[in-house]
Amino acid sequence: MRDNASILPLDVEGLRFEAGGKTLLDGVSFSLPKGGVTAVIGPNGAGKSLTLRICHKLIMPSAGRVRWAAEPGRKRHAMVFQRPVMLRRSVIANLRHALVAYGTPDPATRAQTALARFGLLALAERPARLLSGGEQQRLAIARAWALEPELMFLDEPSSQLDPGATRQIEEIIRGLAAEGMTILMTTHDLGQARRLSQRVLFLNKGRLVEDAETTRFFAEPSSSEARAFLAGDLLW
Amino acid sequence: MDVTSAFGAALSLIFNLDPQFLQIVGLSLRVTLTAVLLAALIGLPLGALLAVTRFPGRSVIIVLVNGLMGLPPVVAGLIVFLLLSRSGPLGSLGWLFTPTAMVIAQTLLVLPIIIALTRGTIEDLWSEYREHLTSLGLTGWRAVPTLLWDGRFALATGLLAGFGRASAEVGAVLIVGGNIAAYTRTMTTSIALETSKGDLPLALGLGLVLITLTVAINAAAYGASRIGARFAG
Amino acid sequence: MLGKRTFLTASLGLVLGGAALAQATLTAPPPAPAQQQTGTTRFITVSSTTSTTDSGLFNHLLPAFQRASGIEVRIVSQGTGQALDTGRRGDADVVFVHARAQEERFVTEGFGVERKPVMYNDFVLIGPRSDPAGVKGSTNITAALQLIRERQVPFVSRGDRSGTHAAELNLWQAAGIDIAAAKGPWYREIGQGMGAALNTSGAMGAYVLADRATWLNFRNRGDLEIVVEGDRRLFNQYGVILVNPARHPHVKQADGQRFIDWLVGPEGQRVIADYKINGEQLFFPNATQPGV
Repeated sequence: MRDNASILPLDVEGLRFEAGGKTLLDGVSFSLPKGGVTAVIGPNGAGKSLTLRICHKLIMPSAGRVRWAAEPGRKRHAMVFQRPVMLRRSVIANLRHALVAYGTPDPATRAQTALARFGLLALAERPARLLSGGEQQRLAIARAWALEPELMFLDEPSSQLDPGATRQIEEIIRGLAAEGMTILMTTHDLGQARRLSQRVLFLNKGRLVEDAETTRFFAEPSSSEARAFLAGDLLW
Repeated sequence: MDVTSAFGAALSLIFNLDPQFLQIVGLSLRVTLTAVLLAALIGLPLGALLAVTRFPGRSVIIVLVNGLMGLPPVVAGLIVFLLLSRSGPLGSLGWLFTPTAMVIAQTLLVLPIIIALTRGTIEDLWSEYREHLTSLGLTGWRAVPTLLWDGRFALATGLLAGFGRASAEVGAVLIVGGNIAAYTRTMTTSIALETSKGDLPLALGLGLVLITLTVAINAAAYGASRIGARFAG
Repeated sequence: MLGKRTFLTASLGLVLGGAALAQATLTAPPPAPAQQQTGTTRFITVSSTTSTTDSGLFNHLLPAFQRASGIEVRIVSQGTGQALDTGRRGDADVVFVHARAQEERFVTEGFGVERKPVMYNDFVLIGPRSDPAGVKGSTNITAALQLIRERQVPFVSRGDRSGTHAAELNLWQAAGIDIAAAKGPWYREIGQGMGAALNTSGAMGAYVLADRATWLNFRNRGDLEIVVEGDRRLFNQYGVILVNPARHPHVKQADGQRFIDWLVGPEGQRVIADYKINGEQLFFPNATQPGV
């Protein structure tokens, strides 16, 4: 690694995003220190995925800043999408492709390590697009992990999965956090947020309404919007 | 009419392995396959680039390329003819009335098809892969190799379409090749010549051989891409 | 990130570069079965007429010349007017056509070195067996044309500036008919070669002027037959011209001249006289005859 300085904390200041005359994000600011799982929650259209995408540099904000503590040559944050993008290749080739694109040294070994770490060795030569939903999501996480990020963005990592696969994914996330990976994830599954995260960012209509410890947020939300959301009165 | 004698002529052409006939078939295949290969080398990356980049004038180019898919072969032939004629800008190359001229003309005919079909295929694939590839830092031309590789089975269809157009056309190769016996005479120009000589059974016989070859090549490519596609999922 | 011009120049450059590569692999022509040869191919390009090619004469003539000289002759067959244009642009070394007035103009304009007479064949008037114009058996071509015009019987014209087309126009003139003014729906200009004109006539039951050689070689006769022949005005003279190297320096002067000399020399003339279909001689060598 050329540069060992941590990219964290991540400082997001006054994010604003407009499209087609609509303001989708408005003045979102937060800071993300190293470690832990942070859940971004809120009703549909609150701007959860958009926030992740802007942080991951997939989308440019209309205003505001995304500032990293360090900016090493190689991007040290990775993202897993709600619908995992599976290249039309084998499982192992999907890993190798990402590693080669990233310029990771010794991609073959790293790919093997990732397969082993996520229990995918038996599936190595299978066409990735023929895997089950849970296996695809696992491969997507393995592929992101292989890139050695400090921070992983997970966008609704289990929204397409059955309960069994969801449990598996949650275990994986807990394991990653235990190893020191910082995780920023969106979820519309409040139970999942409660189970996994230590901190909650509650967005509504493009604004960051609450930024709180998970236990406190669920026990005593400070805003009326959060209370309505938890009571199921906000559409989502 | 002479359909039976046409079949007879076709069969005797094939089974007697008439050297002149083999030479004609060989030249036709060589010219067309070279043209398709060249057009693929040029058209696949350009079509993919058109799919993944945005720049002013892009839609003009797309409309132009789509329109050129219908370029009449004689017009393509005429353009190449005027370029390569001794009195034209590239006359000193001495390429007119050679197989090379035919390759250029057919490349010109096939290129728009390959670019347009590649753009369509890759655009679909790009909308699916875009966020993942962007996340990996693969944008613009850097995304092209991944997309071409993953779209290879769909892209084969475009190449086949190009092959079909090139192998079937007569106007362009006739103009720039000159239909010189044993040198630039292809299956299609032979068919035109035999028709004009009134030897309709021989012309139809050659036509049957051409159809058979085209179908065989298509079938082989189709089979291969089906097997491949099943693997890639 | 990618300009339109970059795109266009890139594609053009690639086409030409690729073509250069293709040239490397394609220039060596496949060893033609009929022509065993070693070393680099020595060849000349000759633009000639469809009627000469369709008659099969070249298949008979060229192997004999190649044996004698080691030079391959590549024939590009077009209508006479087009064939002369090909020479004008310098895309052929020799033109071998049949329309004396046009040939002489070609030389006076400086595109050709010298026109030499080679041989003649004759035109015949072809028509349907039912002979709706009632001209069968006549040896007077102008009288026959007058009848066709009078009765408005379908007539197919090449209409392609070929030597045959030029001959046909001269014959209308000789018959006292201004065809440009007299043409009606019965007069059908198809703008194609001799074979196509015969195919069309067969299909429409029309009359058509054809050279005898192409007719004898023509397989799809159907209902057609010769209705008028033997008129001296139907004779069709061929000439050969070297494209002027002063105008087009790349012209293969020595080899082209060699071909011409051979054609008008005793051996070429003998080979021409030898060419027969069903025992019938098609071309009559007359290189030594003055004033043709």
